[in-house]
Formats: sequence, structure tokens, C-alpha cells
Amino acid sequence: MTINVHYKLTRMSVESDKGSYHQRVFMISPEKTHAEYLDTILAHHQHNANNLLQILIAAQDVHGYIHSDAIDHLSEQMALPRSKIEGVAGFYSFLHLQAAGDYRVLFSDNITDRMAGNIDLMKSLCSQLWVEPGKLSEDGLVCVGTTSCTGMCDQGPGMLVNNIAINHITAERINAIAELIRERVPLSAWPASFFAIEDNIRRRDILLNSQIQPGAALKAMLARGDNATLQEIKTSKLRGRGGAGFSTGMKWEFCRDAAGDAHYVVCNADEGEPGTFKDRVLLNGYADTVFEGMTLCARIIGAKQGFLYLRGEYRYLLPHLQAVLQKRRGQNLLGTSILGHEGFDFDIAIHLGAGAYICGEESALIESLEGKRGTPRNRPPFPVTHGYLNCPTVVNNVETFASTCLITTHGGAWYSGIGTETSCGSKILSVSGDCERPGLYEYPFGVTIAQVLADCGAQDTQAVQVSGPSGVCISADEFNRRIAFDDLATAGAFMIFNQTRDMFEVARNFVHFFAHESCGFCTPCRVGTQLLSNMMDKLADGNGSPYDFTEIEKLNVLLQSTSHCGLGHSACNPVLNTIEKFRPAYDKRLAHKDFIPAFDLDRALSQARQMTGRDDTGAHLESSHESK
Amino acid sequence: MNQNKTFTLDGKTIPYTEGQTIIQAAMAAGEYIPHLCFNPELKAHGSCKLCTVKANGRQTASCTQQPTPEMVVESDTQELNDERRALLQMLFVEGNHFCPSCEKSGDCQLQATAYVLKMMSPHYNQFYPDRPVDASHPEYLLDFNRCILCSLCVRASRDVDGKNVFALSGRGIKSHLIVNAKSGQLADTDFCDADKAAHVCPVGVILKKRVGFATPIGSRSFDELPISATPHPQGACPVCPRSDAATLPPHPKSRGA
Repeated sequence: MTINVHYKLTRMSVESDKGSYHQRVFMISPEKTHAEYLDTILAHHQHNANNLLQILIAAQDVHGYIHSDAIDHLSEQMALPRSKIEGVAGFYSFLHLQAAGDYRVLFSDNITDRMAGNIDLMKSLCSQLWVEPGKLSEDGLVCVGTTSCTGMCDQGPGMLVNNIAINHITAERINAIAELIRERVPLSAWPASFFAIEDNIRRRDILLNSQIQPGAALKAMLARGDNATLQEIKTSKLRGRGGAGFSTGMKWEFCRDAAGDAHYVVCNADEGEPGTFKDRVLLNGYADTVFEGMTLCARIIGAKQGFLYLRGEYRYLLPHLQAVLQKRRGQNLLGTSILGHEGFDFDIAIHLGAGAYICGEESALIESLEGKRGTPRNRPPFPVTHGYLNCPTVVNNVETFASTCLITTHGGAWYSGIGTETSCGSKILSVSGDCERPGLYEYPFGVTIAQVLADCGAQDTQAVQVSGPSGVCISADEFNRRIAFDDLATAGAFMIFNQTRDMFEVARNFVHFFAHESCGFCTPCRVGTQLLSNMMDKLADGNGSPYDFTEIEKLNVLLQSTSHCGLGHSACNPVLNTIEKFRPAYDKRLAHKDFIPAFDLDRALSQARQMTGRDDTGAHLESSHESK
Repeated sequence: MNQNKTFTLDGKTIPYTEGQTIIQAAMAAGEYIPHLCFNPELKAHGSCKLCTVKANGRQTASCTQQPTPEMVVESDTQELNDERRALLQMLFVEGNHFCPSCEKSGDCQLQATAYVLKMMSPHYNQFYPDRPVDASHPEYLLDFNRCILCSLCVRASRDVDGKNVFALSGRGIKSHLIVNAKSGQLADTDFCDADKAAHVCPVGVILKKRVGFATPIGSRSFDELPISATPHPQGACPVCPRSDAATLPPHPKSRGA
């Protein structure tokens, strides 16, 4: 009886206390408790500062955030200044330095999620859990917010719960999730159906139809010879599938010929461009082909180590990918003396991202691989000569590596015969938005937009955003244009908007995305993307005038000419594209002929109204813009 | 080294040596290119973009770009100065800058550069960020309101002092300066007056206590001549804070005193 009472009292005091259970435990013996799990993590990562991001991700897994005492221990054990560790952790959206809740719910906030009603679903979850978006609940249980596109646009709206993806969110599913969280059911005990992820392959061509046996491409290369294989890749005219379209054969050759202590192969699986999800499907169904492509590259450039940089949103793929790697090691397709060839040693490690779109930029990706903040480097020098650890490095997209296997087995001439003169082979499109059959469509290069729209069952199409926010928005009179490097170059995103969609809101969503994902290194992008975001909000609020158009155009010129990297260069594209092609969507927001300030006195009082719980007429100013 | 290599800067012939960047060669020749995150004594960063020039028609940061023989570099043009002014305006609205009440007024590179580039207003809407001041250290004050994220203090502390007192954290518009202490306070770091990092801030973030406003108006760095008219001997920029301070006797650490 006494014990029971005591237990009850302890429990009550625990429950009445703010903050999480873990915080209180660590107040008793912080160093010891943190050291226990951190030492295991540190040993696994060899205390190597290049693995700092991986160590921080693993450390966060234990308690849902990185405790201040944990940073002390890491700082001491890794001989790194605390400021550096905090600086790295502070860069990545998915890492937290303060308690962020036992359940961290992030709604994917791409425009396709918006079109599927994600904001109402989020509001519903917030009201059921009594929390405000972006704020930790008072009991430390849950935090609900938004995140950039999670790469599930064909099965949205999507969300991440503790970084694990859940799709096809409905009002019903939200009710169930609210209940599970309230009842504190561990994520592992949630219905398995919640975590189902579909491949949705709708059209297969050479790559998605291929059934290359593991090792077949490697054997073909070893039979043909390294130089001859490189020659085949050059003959194929394969160009990078990440969007930039640099010749793969030339990149490999430059890297092979560059001097350095070591050479590295990096597969860019940080598929962050909103609307793109083809790499997710390739990694799920064609991981062997991707890894084999990396191994071909390793042989040709002389690399012993490769990395696959997997975006944090695709973390659910990690066990599968590790299993494929392990199987390949068992088959002697990775490791030492691959396929019995002395000196052909190569292995692949998987590094996780943690919610930073900019890490898809190859030099930022390399910084991140080195355990640093994902800030793009000054270029030149380029990664082919000065990449990972300043050594020659090939960075290619997932689809590019997979394609090299096809070329190695079928020959360069065969490959270059597919597609168009300047864009050879096939391209996988990630189709989403207003159509009957969203998913993956693989076509030979040169396919028209109209063809894709017909195949996926799109009707009354107003616009297509090709290659995501940093790509281009095209209107109906351009649907005869083609997917090709010299017409519509794309990393794969293909978002469809029908006549009911407001193209202004599409552009505004993209602009908010860029502001959220700017790394903050250079002035024009850091401040400019935020200014642009504010300007679009001003128009949305009905305070726009033609003056604002002039300002947006000026900002565009500045960002194009002075930004450090492509993010800043393309940040204004969505706005300029839609102003040009969907002017009525803007005109209806230009309620004023003359300049109107963005500052709204009445809105400025909203915080005071919230604090005092008032919303009566006496708490409002008559001078607000709306009453004019 | 070939001493005969030259490029032209706004029509003037500028000699350079291998390894020099455009701005280094320009400074050595006594030419001014506006800059904020560049300090000749520290590794170039290329982030503020004020020093953007047109090199053979292509815009690039002159603090990271090396010249090539006969390169045609444009700097003092209406187009580039308009862009620089916009960048300055961005820096002004991003933080909380109130020159009349700032003790760095008259010695501030941001303010002086704004005068040279004839910035008449902030133009954009102010962001009014919430950035608390850190007055914990007995001898120094950190007023983050004025931080332009140039990272000069980060580089000086890391590369010269070997201390890593400062670092950047956050991302995008939420990027911010942090110090190397669990408490987040400067007093709990090993920062001291002898540090190079104590003397490189181009604006009014890192301030020595009890000497504010000591220099009378008229005698401050940019009262006599604008920042652009200050000579640049030996490639060192006299307006960029110098390392002389590092020769001062070290500050006896007086934490909690």
C-alpha cells in the first residue's frame, strides 16, 4: 500500500512537470547517461569528424533531440569545439537542440500536398491535440509543423512522424493518428498500413524494364576493359540526370585524370526538388543497379570508397539499402578483389541527410558528407578535381548511375540511338498533381508534354511545372514542347495544374520553399528569398500594386547576378514565369493602383489581441487595409 | 612568379601575382572595391557579395576570383553599384541598425560603405528580428542586432586565435552567430581582448566596454575621408581592423569577477 502511494505520488509529480521524461532522468546523472549511448555511436563512426552529421542523427534518435550535455560529451570525445557541433546541428531542419516532443509530426508542404488539403488536415490534428503549429505541446508530447516536399507527391498528402513517412492522409487517418499520439502508442505499434509506400510505376522503358542481374554490368566491364567501358559511356552521350546535364563520360574521365590521394564516388540521392520522387522508386526497386553503376564508376576513376547520400525523408529505405549492400558484399560485388580481380576494391557507405534541400547541390552535399553545414563551396574548383576531402570526386544522380549499367551491358551506340540527337536514352518523370494516374513515367527523351498529359489522364490542364520550383512553368500553348536538354531540361518533376488552380498560390508556395531552404550563406539569397516571400504574402493579403511587380523584377536581376549558387539564381523563376503566363492570377490581387505598404496596423495588433483573448470591434483598428 | 601579368580594372592596368585574387591585386594598386566580409588578413569567404565585379562580362565575387592575364574587370559601374546598394539595403533591413545611437558610428564599414554608395534609405521593409544582447563578458559586449553574418570573427577566432569562440548556426534568414559555451554566453568562453576576433568586426557587434563614444565626432575613421578614398598600402586595407591589437598584453581571464 505504501509503495503504491509512493508510486502514485512520483507519477503525479512527473506528469505535472513540464518537459519530457528524459530531461528529468538526465538531471540526475547527465554525463553518465549520455556517455553510455554516445560512446556506442562514436565507436560505430570511429570518432571521425567527417561523420559528425551521422553521429548527431544517431544521437537524436535516442531522445528525439540532441541534449546540451550530449554536445559536451561529443565535443570532448571528438575534440571538436562545441560551437562547431551546434553550428552543424542548427543547419539541418530535422535536428533539434531542444526537446521537440516524443512525436514530431511534419506535414509535407509541397503545392501538391496543399492541393490535397494538407493545411486543413494539419489544423484538424492540431485542434485534436490542443497544440499550435510549430510549438511543442506543454506536456512535451507532440509538436506539429510543416516541412518541404517529402517526395511522396503521387500518394499525398504526406507527412513524417519522427522522420518516418506516412502518406494518403485523410481526415479519418488524422483522427486515428491523434488518438495514437494521445494514447502514447509507440510508432512501432501503429498500423503497418500507415507506412505503406507505393512505387506507382506507370510507364516503363529501357531502365525500368531492365532486369540486369547483379554483377552482369561489372562482368561486362571487366570483359571489355576499363578504358573501353569509359569509351562506351562517352559514346552513349549519357548526360547527368540531376538536371544539369553534364556529360557523364567526360565527368568520369576528368575525375580519373585528376591527381589526388584518393578518388571518391558519390551518389546524390538527396532528391529534394519538390515534385520529384523517381530516385525513391529506383532505390526501392533497382538498388542493385544503382550500386553497380557506382562500382563501375569506382573501377574507372580508381575509387576505393563510395557514398550514397540519402535524403532524411527517405530514411525508411535505409534497412533495405543496407541489406542490398550486404548481399552484394556476400556476392563479392563489393569489398576487396571484386569478382576475383586483385586490386578492385570498393565499398559503399550510406550517409543520411537531415532536412536540407541545399545539400542536393553537389558541393553542399560534399560539405555535408564531411559532417559540416551544407553550404555550397566556391566553384571552381569543381568536385571532379577537389571534392570529398579535397580529392577528385564524381557526384552523379541515382538515375545516372543506374543508366551506366544499361550502357555497359548493351553498348553506347545502342543507348545513343534512343531519344534525340542531343538527349540520348530515357528519362523518368515523377508525375503528380491534377491527373488520374500519378506516378513514374519513363520515356525516351523527346516526349511531348501533351503525350505525358494524355498518358497520365490529365484533363483541363492549365499549366505544368517542369523540373520543380527551380524549373519552368509552362502553359497550354506550349504543350507541344519536349522533354530534352535543349528544350525542357528536367530532373524529373512534372506537376500538373488544372484550370481550377490558382497559379499565384503555386508560385507563392515555391517562393516560400526557397526562403525556407536558402542556406543563408550569401546576402542576396538569404535576405532576397525572404523579401520575395514577404512580397508574395503582401500580394496575397490584397495589398499589392504594380509597384511590387517592378520590385520583384529588380530582385530577380539581383539574385541572378550576385547569388552564390543555383538556389538564389532560380528563386524568382516561379514568380516571373507565372506573372508572364498567368497574369490574371496576379491582376486580381492588384487591388490598388498606387503603392500600399505591407505594414498593416491592425494586423500588428493581432499578437496583443491573442494575449488578451479579445477579438471584439474595440480591439481592431478601423484603419486596416481591408476596411478601406 | 611572373610580375608582368596584368588585368584591367575599370580601364586601369593592374599588375597581379599568381594566387592573388582580383580584390587583393586591386587593393595593392590602391584601388577600392566595396567589401564587407573580406579582410586581407583572413581567408576570403565570398558571402556578402558586395565585392561583386564583372570579370570578362561574368559577375563574380572579386574576393574569391583570381584574375587571368588581360582580364577585363568592371567594378565602378552604375549597374554594379546599384546592385551593391541593394545588397547593403538588404543587410540594413535584415538586422536592427540604428546608426545615430550606435557607438560604432563613424567607424563602421557598413555605414561607411552605404555613404560611399549613396544609400539614402533602407528601401525594403524592416525585418525587426529579435536578437538579445550578450553583455555577460566583463570587457566585451555582443550586440547581435548589428550582425551581418560576415563570419570575420568566426574565421579570426578559428584561423588566427585557434579558439573557435564564434560560429554560425541556423539556416537561411535564421542564420545567427553563436559562441562556444554551453550557456551561450561570451563570459563562459575563453574570448579575450588579445584575440584577433575581438578586433575584426566590421560593424558594431563585438564592442569593448567602457570606451564607447570615446572618439569625438570629427576624429572617427571615416570622418575625414570616405572609405573609398583611404589608401591601401601593401595590399592591406587600413579600414579593415588590423592585427596590431593582437600584440596587446593578454587579458587576464576574470570570469565572474
